Amino acid sequence: MQSLLERNAILLAIAILVTVSIGGLVQIVPLYTIENTIEKVDGMRPYTPLEQAGRNIYIREGCYLCHSQMIRPFRDEAERYGHYSLAAESMYDHPFQWGSKRTGPDLARVGGKYSNEWHTEHLIDPRAVVPESIMPGYSFMATTPLDFNNADEHLKTLRAVGVPYSDEQVAKALEDLNTQATGEDGDGDVEGLQKRYPKVPLGDFDGNPNQLTEMDALVAYLQMLGTLVDFSSVDAKSIER
Amino acid sequence: MAEIEKDPVSGRDTTGHSWDGIKELNTPLPRWWLYTFYVSIIWAIGYWVVYPAWPTLSGYTEGVIGYSSRAELANELAARDKSRIVWTDKFSALSVEEISKDSELLNYSMAGGRSIFAENCAPCHGASGSGIGSYPVLADDDWLWGGAVGDIYTTVKYGIRSTHEDTRLSEMPNFGDEGMLGETQVSDVAEYILSLSGASTDKASVTRGAEVFAGECTSCHGKNGEGMQSMGAPRLSDGIWLYGKTKQNIISQISKPKHGAMPAWVDRLDDVSIKQVSVYVHSLGGGQ
Repeated sequence: MQSLLERNAILLAIAILVTVSIGGLVQIVPLYTIENTIEKVDGMRPYTPLEQAGRNIYIREGCYLCHSQMIRPFRDEAERYGHYSLAAESMYDHPFQWGSKRTGPDLARVGGKYSNEWHTEHLIDPRAVVPESIMPGYSFMATTPLDFNNADEHLKTLRAVGVPYSDEQVAKALEDLNTQATGEDGDGDVEGLQKRYPKVPLGDFDGNPNQLTEMDALVAYLQMLGTLVDFSSVDAKSIER
Repeated sequence: MAEIEKDPVSGRDTTGHSWDGIKELNTPLPRWWLYTFYVSIIWAIGYWVVYPAWPTLSGYTEGVIGYSSRAELANELAARDKSRIVWTDKFSALSVEEISKDSELLNYSMAGGRSIFAENCAPCHGASGSGIGSYPVLADDDWLWGGAVGDIYTTVKYGIRSTHEDTRLSEMPNFGDEGMLGETQVSDVAEYILSLSGASTDKASVTRGAEVFAGECTSCHGKNGEGMQSMGAPRLSDGIWLYGKTKQNIISQISKPKHGAMPAWVDRLDDVSIKQVSVYVHSLGGGQ
């Protein structure tokens, strides 16, 4: 066989093609069936424009380098962070933020664990609230205005890669972003926002209602992490794998 | 086809290839390596049969023992719950008041409560409840919403100004912003409030402030500034200040009050944990 292929260029080419195809198929075929790895659970929705803006800041600042967003099915992680993460919970993530370096705590379910005020203080100066923290401060976020004029473009881009944003969500992206950041105190259409994005955290997140900052966006994102799926309605057996 | 010949030095066959007179030895793989390799192949096939391995069009091959890391965790947690049931049952059945009187359950609360506190509460309230900035000290006997163990339990469970519908909720009016009090009135009443803990310097101002206080503040903070825990209205006469002790601090708290927020823990911690941490917090120093 070896000497035959060595001496026949066409046969060699065909044999290479076959071998490489097998390698390719093994990697590609499972991607077509990836849908069935996602658990069927209720409550997942795409990110609001403000949360998405916060998520972009999270990625920009490299938060994933120290914080994972992936609670593994281990007893110690379940006891500390809560229910293990589901594939469904990152199905609208592009790119996902599972991470693997766990220098800081896992953030997959940090939403609602602390107050907005705490997050803001902590991001400005982590050691002001957690003396033993080694996290760098991000005080500039509290004074950097959020660049959000292209909110709808972000949603459109995500839609192109499969996030099911509706036309209404795209059209109202800018409006929704402002409404979420002002909450009940603003004059935005809060009910419409809540209808489009159930369980949306509302309000002025950074304690400075006069300015929409990067801090507002990042805290809004952190405050929704892991809060969407209602695990009391999930059949534990159906997600076991 | 070149000839396969025996290499006289090594005693091995050559491959028969020859480049510029250089011949290649055909040394067989070491036996131990080869057999390890075959065993790994057999092991892999066995693994595919026993464990979940290959993706299929509608799922994956589950393996004959039906292993699942998530099921393993569920079993582990169930075993944990079972091993704890001797005391978690008591925690579920008894009120926090009863738990704090039972020395055995108190011990469990101190041990469990400490680690629950360290993970969930210390980021704001500091290690051992020492308080950080405007997050209250839990180790003294000054309580905003009550320091009885039952009060603490309710606070932990539903939070303060949280998103939970049963949250503890109160808000001090913006006496400055809404033009309810003039600037001098605010300053006078701040001076009066300082006098309650013996820290005032201006007698005339105190007298004027007392009147304002009687009119505007007593319905929540009490006749003598003793506070009202059902409203979360702080005691003003004990020299303990959440937002600073200077007159300027007090003036800004009157004109544009800050309000702290605490998350509700009922959806994050189970009832036994909430009871443990409540009893633990109650024991920190100032439990009433």
